[in-house]
Amino acid sequence: MRTILIILRKEFIQISRNMTILPILFIMPFIQLILLGFAADFEVKNLNLHVIDNDQSAFSRALISKYSGSPYFNIVNSSFRDEAAMKDMKKGEADLILEIPQKFENLLINRQKSPVHLSIDAVNGVKAGLANAYSSMIIRDYNLDILKQATGRELLSPINITSRSWFNPSMNYSTFMVPGILVLLVTMVGIFLTAIIIVREKEIGTIEQLNVTPIKKYQFIIGKLMPFLLIALVELTIGLIVAKLIFHIQFQGSLLLVYSFALVYLPVVLGIGLLISTVSDTQQQAMFISWFFLMIFILMSGLFTPIESMPGWAQKITWFNPIKYFIEFMRMVLLKGSTFKDVTQHFMIMAIYAVLVNLLAVWNYKKVSS
Amino acid sequence: MSSDFLNINNISKSFGSVEALKEITFSVEKGELFGLIGPDGSGKTTLIRILITMLFPSTGNAQINGLDIVKDFKKLRNLIGYMPGKFSLYEDLTVEENLKFFATIFNTKIKDNYYLIKDIYQQIEPFRNRKAGNLSGGMKQKLALSCALIHKPDILFLDEPTTGIDAVSRVELWEMLKRLKQQNLTIVVSTPYMDEAQLCDKVAFMQKGEVLEINTPQRIVEDFDLPIYSVSGKDYYKLLLALRKMDITNTAFPFGESIHLTIKEEMNPEDLNGKIRKFTDQNTVTKRIKANIEDCFMAKMLKKDE
Repeated sequence: MRTILIILRKEFIQISRNMTILPILFIMPFIQLILLGFAADFEVKNLNLHVIDNDQSAFSRALISKYSGSPYFNIVNSSFRDEAAMKDMKKGEADLILEIPQKFENLLINRQKSPVHLSIDAVNGVKAGLANAYSSMIIRDYNLDILKQATGRELLSPINITSRSWFNPSMNYSTFMVPGILVLLVTMVGIFLTAIIIVREKEIGTIEQLNVTPIKKYQFIIGKLMPFLLIALVELTIGLIVAKLIFHIQFQGSLLLVYSFALVYLPVVLGIGLLISTVSDTQQQAMFISWFFLMIFILMSGLFTPIESMPGWAQKITWFNPIKYFIEFMRMVLLKGSTFKDVTQHFMIMAIYAVLVNLLAVWNYKKVSS
Repeated sequence: MSSDFLNINNISKSFGSVEALKEITFSVEKGELFGLIGPDGSGKTTLIRILITMLFPSTGNAQINGLDIVKDFKKLRNLIGYMPGKFSLYEDLTVEENLKFFATIFNTKIKDNYYLIKDIYQQIEPFRNRKAGNLSGGMKQKLALSCALIHKPDILFLDEPTTGIDAVSRVELWEMLKRLKQQNLTIVVSTPYMDEAQLCDKVAFMQKGEVLEINTPQRIVEDFDLPIYSVSGKDYYKLLLALRKMDITNTAFPFGESIHLTIKEEMNPEDLNGKIRKFTDQNTVTKRIKANIEDCFMAKMLKKDE
């Protein structure tokens, strides 16, 4: 115990002297959380529309005004030629083209059908899907208006669906994203710093000097990991404060539960960092290996793309992704107010993960230094 | 053999197909200043790393104070002091913090063993609040030595402590080692500089993973049996090349301002000088000299190579 305290003291002195890491440790999560929290928004607004109105009638103008009145569309240009519209789309200035044929009004007045042509830039599939859905709603709405005019009475669609969003009533994306981004920040600090800080002792040779002392492996490792466990908890606290004060997220669940989970989760992350440091000889190697895993962990965490929409084999890979569990946990507890009973499985998986990763890391560390 | 403090029996070490050490056997007495002399890549560092329990030998064994370097490595780590060739302290900690850290992990206090490092530490004490990274090379070394000694080891290993250090600091270091020896500390030091061999009580001369000779520096010099002369002349390089071509020449090596020449049979210096003048067309001076330790090592290395 005494030895661990000595190493801890040494580590804290060193961290406090490290003028590059120190500001980053506390300012970085703050900036990143605010930046990403506001910027990461999946809602597609401001779709750029190019209109080809070949009819130039009251009916066609009514349809166009439906679009211009919608918050989702901006009418950026109009023309009478397909080529001009296509040019706009190729330049990226138009996301979709609405083409209204001649005799549009004429056909509708005579109670006949008239087509409209909608071309959507589908390079970004999500955006295209949403553009299509929004357009369909606008056109359906327009249809109802025409029918009303024609028949003179209010038509009701047989089933009227009204929805209410639970847990995030205003469908606010930052409410959804911020807890996840917070998890990423805490994880990054954990993996990067632990991986680098132990490799640094290898690089500058101090590990040589330490290995000939009676320090035991576990004392060294605990002494090395503890400061980052504490730092990560501080980061988590800063992040939660930012979430509350700047993003106005109402925490539904217990913060005690969040911190308890962090105490199970962080050993997993630190263990991964430790494992990386046992296989690396230089900080550069440690950095690259860390990035390799972090990229996979982050992109397959369900933060940006839902895990449910991944192919089956990819979903199986995410079982080994610790970030996935913490993000799920955070969303459940902070936003839905889930209790321990709901997240018992998350706790169990993380606990087993923590034990396995650290056993592997310590075992590997021993081999390296003998 | 029982008076020996360090016993090395038949130690070999291979890294893959490379044989770094081949059946090394020797012993060091308590309180001895023992030198491992040899060129780069001769296996000095590997041997030291095995002895400080950082590396296991492939075959063979060694005991320090009766404790086996493989089986009893945990106990041994309290007895061993080690100063690596590369400065390996925390550069972002101050002089005092470094010393304190190494004292405490050995469960001791600076003041308990202060007497042991006093001579050395006093010289850097005025800078005790300076970060170790900002010390000069010589001061870094004094700090490293202080840290290696702070737990009062019984045996001290120094791996090439004088490599890359200025001449004055080199002399100082050997002075410090001599004084430490008086505390009955056993010291094993490796160096590629042959002239430092004279400063040791006993030396092992290593080359390509083998020990070529173990003896006191005096005996090594006495055992040198070839007639040796120093030759000096105006055009040093031409002279050296010419001497190497003479039929009576055994070896000719540059040595400071003169050339050390060994010949196959003893000759009168005047006769030899005449012969050299005739052969080289230079106004040379030739003296019969006593071999120094470097001459001995050069001869041994050549013999081994043949």
